[in-house]
Amino acid sequence: MAGFTFLPMSHDHDHDNDLDPMAARVKALETILTEKGLIDPAAVDAIVETYEHKVGPRNGARVVAKAWSDAAYAEWLAKDATAAIASLGYSGRQGEHMQAVFNAPETHNLVVCTLCSCYPWSVLGLPPVWYKSPPYRSRAVIDPRGVLAEFGLELPLTTNIRVWDSTAELRYIVVPLRPQGTDGLGEDELAALVTRDSMIGAGHALAPGAAA
Amino acid sequence: MNGPQDLGGQMGFGPVAPEPDEPYFHADWEKRALGVTLAAGAMGHWNIDESRHARESLHPSDYYASSYYEIWIKALEALLVRHGFVTADELGAGRSKASGASPKRVLKAADVAPVLAKGGPCDRPVAAEPRFKPGDRVQTINEHPTGHTRLPRYARGKTGTVEAARGAYVFPDSNAHGKGEAPQHLYTVVFDGRTLWGKGSDASLTVSIDAWESYLEPEQ
Repeated sequence: MAGFTFLPMSHDHDHDNDLDPMAARVKALETILTEKGLIDPAAVDAIVETYEHKVGPRNGARVVAKAWSDAAYAEWLAKDATAAIASLGYSGRQGEHMQAVFNAPETHNLVVCTLCSCYPWSVLGLPPVWYKSPPYRSRAVIDPRGVLAEFGLELPLTTNIRVWDSTAELRYIVVPLRPQGTDGLGEDELAALVTRDSMIGAGHALAPGAAA
Repeated sequence: MNGPQDLGGQMGFGPVAPEPDEPYFHADWEKRALGVTLAAGAMGHWNIDESRHARESLHPSDYYASSYYEIWIKALEALLVRHGFVTADELGAGRSKASGASPKRVLKAADVAPVLAKGGPCDRPVAAEPRFKPGDRVQTINEHPTGHTRLPRYARGKTGTVEAARGAYVFPDSNAHGKGEAPQHLYTVVFDGRTLWGKGSDASLTVSIDAWESYLEPEQ
């Protein structure tokens, strides 16, 4: 959360003076836990590797693209998102109990966790800093239009806004509206239009030709 | 607890600042913070609810001044001390000085993929029938427990409508404090924006929470 003042550390370190305080603190903790045989540094490496390279919003984009392309799949996703998503190979930690919510011309969905940072890791990967930070968590439930405007999203006043506060272990993915002009596109091409933010509700899917 | 984590409706934090092409981690220590937190959690001596409660139990000035992974690390240190694995002296010194509590298990690299793939489902069978059904009008309780709870302050003492019964899940208010999983039925309850935020609220807004059964009473 850049922009916040850092408080003094609660204890001093007499080593690693070349590291910044948090780097030193985490290194010290990992060292202690490793010395005591409580963690395996190779397991830490494997966890980092998983969330840095293997799990991310491309997973969710596949889910959305399939829902846009296959009405039976969309129906399954609406009824039993956990199973429908698992059928594409995406499951596990912070995706154990999934719910898919579908945008409609008259309703826009937005997901937040006001109490911590609950987020569907299995389909979106680790959350961005803004999702975990006080500005978003405080305002998404009281001023969602103001929040969406900061993402460049201006919704008509006639569009209903539904905010889902993830207060339990259900994890939400938004299925954005399928962009116009995509009738002939296959699932791979469609998936390229599905942004992470659109699956949180903080954006629309991209128009064809806008994908990177 | 009415702690710093309960942010819904708070004001003064400024605009949301989305970062273009944001990396998953902003420093190498954040990677280790994630991995160490998950690896230590895999010892099996505390659950996700106790972890969340450790984070929200940071002093508010510390919580708001800390980045996300700083909060994780500070809470992890507290959990490790509480459960007898490390001492404050060791954290200060940055090295192990004596053996502490023995872990139930240690996560090995080869087990990371299956453990993450399995996750930690927290739905549980319960004998009781659900008290509420979709369409029921309910009122949330207006209680202010000093321990962990997942009923945000902005949604306490409010009337809403049950939209879905989700099955039964581990009850965090109990589980965070070593008092057992005590599963209860869980419901998605939707509120009008004006019920939560007053006449000045956006009339097009509805907000839902996922509420355990004991958070709810029938509307009077």
